[in-house]
Amino acid sequence: MSEWIDFFTQYQDLIFVLILAIFLGVELIKHIPSILHTPLMSGANALSGVVVVGAILVMLNADPENYLVLVLGFLAVVLGIVNVVGGFAVTGRMLKMFKKNNK
Amino acid sequence: MSTALAIIYLISTISFVVGLRLLGHPATAKNGNRIAAAGMGLAILATIFLHELEVHNRIYLIIGAAIALGSILGATMATTVKMTKMPELVSLFNGFGGASAALIGLVEYGKGVGDTQLAATITAGVIIGSLTFSGSMIAWGKLDGRIKSTVFIPQRNIVNNLVLLVAIGLAVLIVLGTLDAPWWIYVLVGVGLLYGILFVLPIGGADMPVVISLLNSMTGIAAAITGVLYSNKLMLIGGILVGSAGLILTFAMCKAMNRTLGAVIFGAFGEEAMAGGGGRTIDKTVRKTTASDTAILLNYAKDVIIVPGYGLAVAQAQHIIHELEQLLTERGVVVRYAIHPVAGRMPGHMNVLLAESQVDYDLLVEMEDINPHFAQTDVVLVVGANDVVNPAAHNDPSSPIYGMPILDVENAKNIIVNKRSMNVGYAGIDNELFYNAKTAMLFGDAKAALTDLVTELKKL
Repeated sequence: MSEWIDFFTQYQDLIFVLILAIFLGVELIKHIPSILHTPLMSGANALSGVVVVGAILVMLNADPENYLVLVLGFLAVVLGIVNVVGGFAVTGRMLKMFKKNNK
Repeated sequence: MSTALAIIYLISTISFVVGLRLLGHPATAKNGNRIAAAGMGLAILATIFLHELEVHNRIYLIIGAAIALGSILGATMATTVKMTKMPELVSLFNGFGGASAALIGLVEYGKGVGDTQLAATITAGVIIGSLTFSGSMIAWGKLDGRIKSTVFIPQRNIVNNLVLLVAIGLAVLIVLGTLDAPWWIYVLVGVGLLYGILFVLPIGGADMPVVISLLNSMTGIAAAITGVLYSNKLMLIGGILVGSAGLILTFAMCKAMNRTLGAVIFGAFGEEAMAGGGGRTIDKTVRKTTASDTAILLNYAKDVIIVPGYGLAVAQAQHIIHELEQLLTERGVVVRYAIHPVAGRMPGHMNVLLAESQVDYDLLVEMEDINPHFAQTDVVLVVGANDVVNPAAHNDPSSPIYGMPILDVENAKNIIVNKRSMNVGYAGIDNELFYNAKTAMLFGDAKAALTDLVTELKKL
C-alpha cells in the first residue's frame, strides 16, 4: 500500500494530466460526423507520431561512439518522422477533396 | 528543461487540442490539420535546438539525415497513394509509430535501469510498441491482399492469451530484475511482435476497420508511455488524446456493426457465418434488368438514392457514379447518396472516395438521417454494397449480422442492385434483398455497368 502512495506522490502531476487528457480526448471526438472519420483517424495517427520527440531525445542523449544506440535511434527518428509527415500530408490531401459544389 | 522549451511544448499541446477539435467539422478540418501539423513541427524543432545538453556534431548530422529521409519517404507515400488504398497507408504509418516507440524503449533499457517504475514504463512501451508494429503490418498485408483475408489458427483464443500472458510474465520478471541479462528485452520484443501477428491474423475482413482504429489508439498509448519515460507532458497528452480518440472511434464502429469489441477480437466473423447460415428458406429467383431499362426507370423517377459500397471503389467507379448523379440532377431528379458508417474498408472511407470524385459532401447522407426517406424513394441504386443492405439484419435472428443497423433499402419502391455476380458479400452470407420482388439485378462490373447506364441515359 505504501508503495502505491509513494508512486502516486511521485507521479501525481503526470497522473492528473493523464486523467484529464483522457476525458479531453473523449469529449473532442464524441460528436464527430462519420463523414470525417477517415481524415480524423489519419490526423490522429499523425499526432501519435509525437513519439518522434522521444526518438530525438534518445539521439541527443546518445554517446556518439555507441553505434548500436545510434542505429536504433536513427531508425526511431526515421520511422517517427514518416508517421508525422506522411500522416499530416495524407490527411491534408484527403481534406482538400471535400468540397461543396453546384451551390 | 529550459523555460523556452517548456513554453513551446505548451503551445504545441494547445495546437494538438485545437487541431483535433477543428478536424471534427467539415468546414474547419483543413485548418485543424494545419494547426496540429504546425504544432508538431514546432515541437520537433524546439526539441532539437532548445536543450541544455552537450551534443556531438555527429549526432546532429544523424538527426538531420533521419529527418530528411523520413520526410521524403512520408511525403512521397502520402502524395502517391490511391484513395482506395487509404486504410493500408494509415495502418503502415501507424505501425511505424509503434516501431519507433519500441526502439526508444530498447535504447533506454540498454542504458541500464535501477528504478522499478522506470523499468515498468520501458517494458510497457516495448510490448505495446512492438505488438502495434507487427499488428499494423499484418493489417496492412491483409487489406492489401498480400495476406489471405482470414487465417485460421486452431485454438486461437487459448494460444493468443497464452502468448499475452508470457509477454506480461516476462515483463514482470524483467522489471523485478529476475531476468537481468540485457538480451531479455529483445526476447520481450519478439513475444510482443508475435502477439501482434497472432492478434490480427485471424480477424475477419469486415472487422478490419475496428482493428485499424484499435491499433491506432494503441500507438497513441505507446507514445504516451514514452512521454512518461521522459516526463514529457507534450508526448503524454498527444499520445493520450490519440489513445482515447481511437477508442471512441473503435466503439462507435463496433456499434455501427452491432458487434462487441470482444466479439471482434475473440470471434471471427466467417466462422459464425458458416454456423448460422441457412436458417431460412427463401424463394431464390432473381429478376435481371438491363442498362436501358434502368436508365428509363431513373430518368422518370423523382427521388433516387444511391447506395455505394466497397465494390464501387474496387471497380474505380466513383467518378462515373458522380457523372450519373450530375446527369440525373440536371434532369430534375433529386439524387442523394446513403452512406453506411462502415461502407468501405475504414470508417468514413466512402466519403473520402466520393469526395475524390468531387461529389458535394452535402449529398452524402448518413444512415440514421436517410433511413426514414427510403419509403418515399422511387429508385434505390445499390452499387457494390451487400451486407449493409441485407434485411436479414432485421428479420433473421439466426444470421450473424442480425441486429446490425442497416440501410432500409427494401422500403423503396424500386431497387436496382449492381453486382458482378451472385457471390456472397464480405460477411459470407446470402442476401434476400436480391430475391425481393421489387429488386432488379443489373449484373456486371460497376464501372462498365454505370458507363452503359450513363450512355443510355444520354440517349433519352
